[in-house]
Amino acid sequence: MKPIETKQEYSNYVDQKSPNSPIWKNCLNAFWVGGLICTIGQFIMNFCKYQGLDETASSTVVSIVLIAISAILTGLNIFNKIGKFAGAGSLIPITGFANSIVSPAIEYKSEGYVMGVGGKMFTVAGPVLVFGISSSVIIGILAILFGAGA
Amino acid sequence: MDFIQSIDWMGILKCFVVGGIICVIGQILIDKTKLTPARILVIYVTTGAILGGLGIYKYLIDFAGAGATVPLLGFGANLAKGAMQEVQKAGLLGAFTGGVKASAGGIAAAVFFGYLASLIAKPKIKKQ
Repeated sequence: MKPIETKQEYSNYVDQKSPNSPIWKNCLNAFWVGGLICTIGQFIMNFCKYQGLDETASSTVVSIVLIAISAILTGLNIFNKIGKFAGAGSLIPITGFANSIVSPAIEYKSEGYVMGVGGKMFTVAGPVLVFGISSSVIIGILAILFGAGA
Repeated sequence: MDFIQSIDWMGILKCFVVGGIICVIGQILIDKTKLTPARILVIYVTTGAILGGLGIYKYLIDFAGAGATVPLLGFGANLAKGAMQEVQKAGLLGAFTGGVKASAGGIAAAVFFGYLASLIAKPKIKKQ
């Protein structure tokens, strides 16, 4: 085998060696699992509204319930199996955000409950919060400058 | 069972399809690019915040309900909506308080249940 010298060659080599993931099958699984998770959310939302909660409160309850469920499922090592099957179907909904907090926290448990669990919880969720919250601050400032209403 | 009768099944279908499509876009990003899941989540939140800031995302929420709010795009849009609403009440201060205030429930739940679940879980020990 000839030696790998450039980045391009390396990239070709990796493409050649890594298994081709069947994209259509992945997309189909992502579609129905993602859709199902959203649908569970919609049922919770309908139930909250039926109980007399307003739109904003219902939507918050949906987030909290889905996050709690996926945190527990991650702790029981069930979520990882769903994730392997569904790919983005369980990553993109808020369940993936919860999973991204619990997974590293469990992994680094041996480093202690403060810096291990407490610190590593945010390896993925940290960037999400940094970019999400920063964008919201910028949008708020732009809304003042341009006088746009919500 | 009044609750079952009150369900709008057309709305459920829209929710399923839109939520599914948003996830498929993520799946294509995973399969066709070298982006890591963490980066994809960041892209989704930021895109959601921008779409929310431009006032586009609320139409998708009106159409698909939880199909639009449950994916992380909705989390971003909610942050942006909170900031824009709070700005009208509190001015510049609102730009800093509004986003987190609107998403406080989700963030606190993620931190609390995340820590709790980590405590009860056992780290995986790889079998030889």
